[in-house]
Amino acid sequence: MIETVVSADMLIEEVVKVKKNHLAPDFPSGKEKRLSIVSGLHGDEVAGQYICYELIRRIKMQFEKLKGIVDVYPFINPMGLEAQSRVIPVFDTDMNTLFPGSEEGTFGEYTAARVLQDIKGSDICIDIHSSSVYLKEIPQVRINEDVADILIPYAARMNMDVIWVHPSSTVMAGSLVHSLNEAGVKAMVVESGVALKIDYEYANRIVDGIFCLMSDMGIWDEPVEDSCISKIARDSDVAFVNAESSGIFIPAVSHSARIGKGDVIGQIVNVLTGSVEETIYSPRAGIVFSLREYPVIEEGSLVARIFGGTDD
Amino acid sequence: MTKKVIYSMNTAYRGEYTIYGYTFGNGEESACIVGAMRGNEFQQLYICSLLSKKLYELEGKGSVVSGKKILLIPSLNYSSFNVGKKYWISDNSDINRAFPGNPEGQATSRIAAAVLNQVSGYAYGIQFASFYMEGDFIPHVRMMETGKQSTSLANQFGMPYVLTAELRSYDKSTLNYNWQIRGTEAFSVYSGATETIDEESAQNAVSSVLRFLTRMGIIRYNCHAGYISTILDEEELLNIKSEKASGFFRKLVRPGTEVKRGEIIANIVNPMTGEIADDIYAPTDGIIFYTQNSPMVYQNTILFKIIRRLHN
Repeated sequence: MIETVVSADMLIEEVVKVKKNHLAPDFPSGKEKRLSIVSGLHGDEVAGQYICYELIRRIKMQFEKLKGIVDVYPFINPMGLEAQSRVIPVFDTDMNTLFPGSEEGTFGEYTAARVLQDIKGSDICIDIHSSSVYLKEIPQVRINEDVADILIPYAARMNMDVIWVHPSSTVMAGSLVHSLNEAGVKAMVVESGVALKIDYEYANRIVDGIFCLMSDMGIWDEPVEDSCISKIARDSDVAFVNAESSGIFIPAVSHSARIGKGDVIGQIVNVLTGSVEETIYSPRAGIVFSLREYPVIEEGSLVARIFGGTDD
Repeated sequence: MTKKVIYSMNTAYRGEYTIYGYTFGNGEESACIVGAMRGNEFQQLYICSLLSKKLYELEGKGSVVSGKKILLIPSLNYSSFNVGKKYWISDNSDINRAFPGNPEGQATSRIAAAVLNQVSGYAYGIQFASFYMEGDFIPHVRMMETGKQSTSLANQFGMPYVLTAELRSYDKSTLNYNWQIRGTEAFSVYSGATETIDEESAQNAVSSVLRFLTRMGIIRYNCHAGYISTILDEEELLNIKSEKASGFFRKLVRPGTEVKRGEIIANIVNPMTGEIADDIYAPTDGIIFYTQNSPMVYQNTILFKIIRRLHN
């Protein structure tokens, strides 16, 4: 059943609507578990659009197996998706900094409050992201340290390579999942790929992971095995590699490949002089967890994250 | 006046990007003033330019008290002015959400860390800020309720109002918060406008800072005593929203206007028919503190904030 969660008149004629698809058994007992799937908080992250489609398609194919409630919110920032804008257009605000929002607040805060209110009561919520235009990420669940012990058993069923316990902006105060965890909903972020693109292999793995979780929760009446044992990454397990010069980044490694300590990650070159400004080496052995996608670099730009081992 | 480099970094196409500070007087780090952090803060930068000239003249006349030093940093982010962006040129991040910063992090984080390092230790910190919503205010001094704020000191600016505000989720990543936590008495001065120059309120902002510096024994300057500020809690301001309709925003009152309960204070006009889609009424007697300044508004936009039951 399609429901409108919040709507507002735009400047001229058009109406912005945040909608959800409420999927529930035909004859509910009232004791069903409820899973909420959220996507499109950032309008440039489109992988979640396919994931929501595929999830709903697969549920509808075998609807008789649905024993609980799945609420799918594919586009929380619909104007951003239309306008290819990460933030809320016109207001230039990151929707995922506005939670818990306010009924008394302005457009974005009001939307945030209504969305949060609608998701409350869920047992679990998954907020699907796909990085930014700058970095490509391996499939991962992100959770904040303060709720790690509670969430790791659920995150482990999401079929992702890594569970990263880290105060990322998507799980910090102001984010949807932070507000949900404070409200008693077990909420986590799934992150993968890069913005403006859909990596179908990653996306299908995420859909499989959602079915694993649904099976565990008793929402999906079929055993589902995950194909991946997630590694847990704490902050000491991840090395950040930032550029110390500017120019164009030419990678020497593939994303998600193994790398040795001292191996070359890439070079930053000067397009005017044809010279190499900086050769960037890996500070540790591990997996290329994140890799720069957008090639224009300034001093300080994050080039890669390496997961595994230690700097020593 | 001594020009000093606060932070310098290499960029791909713009050459060296350098943030400058200007010091007046020598000795004890007494007051630090920070201007535009975003590329649309024209009024904030303009006030700094006026203040720079005035402080230079005062220094020349020997009116900076011996043993006192003032640091003025007009802009942390002038590249964004140059390209017409509000936030950081390369990744759209907000410097005033990057504090306390990380010297090994990304560009805005490095800038925040370097600036905080330079401005910590000053007894008083003044920032010319803009609000997260576009609009016009009654000039005021805003303080976060960190537990270390002093409204009696804020009163020394002699501005009409001192506004105290509860911490929002993102406030801990602002300069003001981190300044206070490091022991500086920090104030945000809101002068009324942002993207346009309001000459009168800019002059008033300069006067209020000079008045404060005089009262704190940092400069010698004879000026009008200003106001005995009315202290307000931000929570006490009443939000008036465009709850029913979107369209042209025809406002009938300005910041500072006293209104009566039931008075029409704005019309929302249908952009196609010219008909009034909604009248906005004052729900209480009071004084208009804030007005939206967009020509058109969405539904659920905050149009006004009213100080309840106060008279001019």
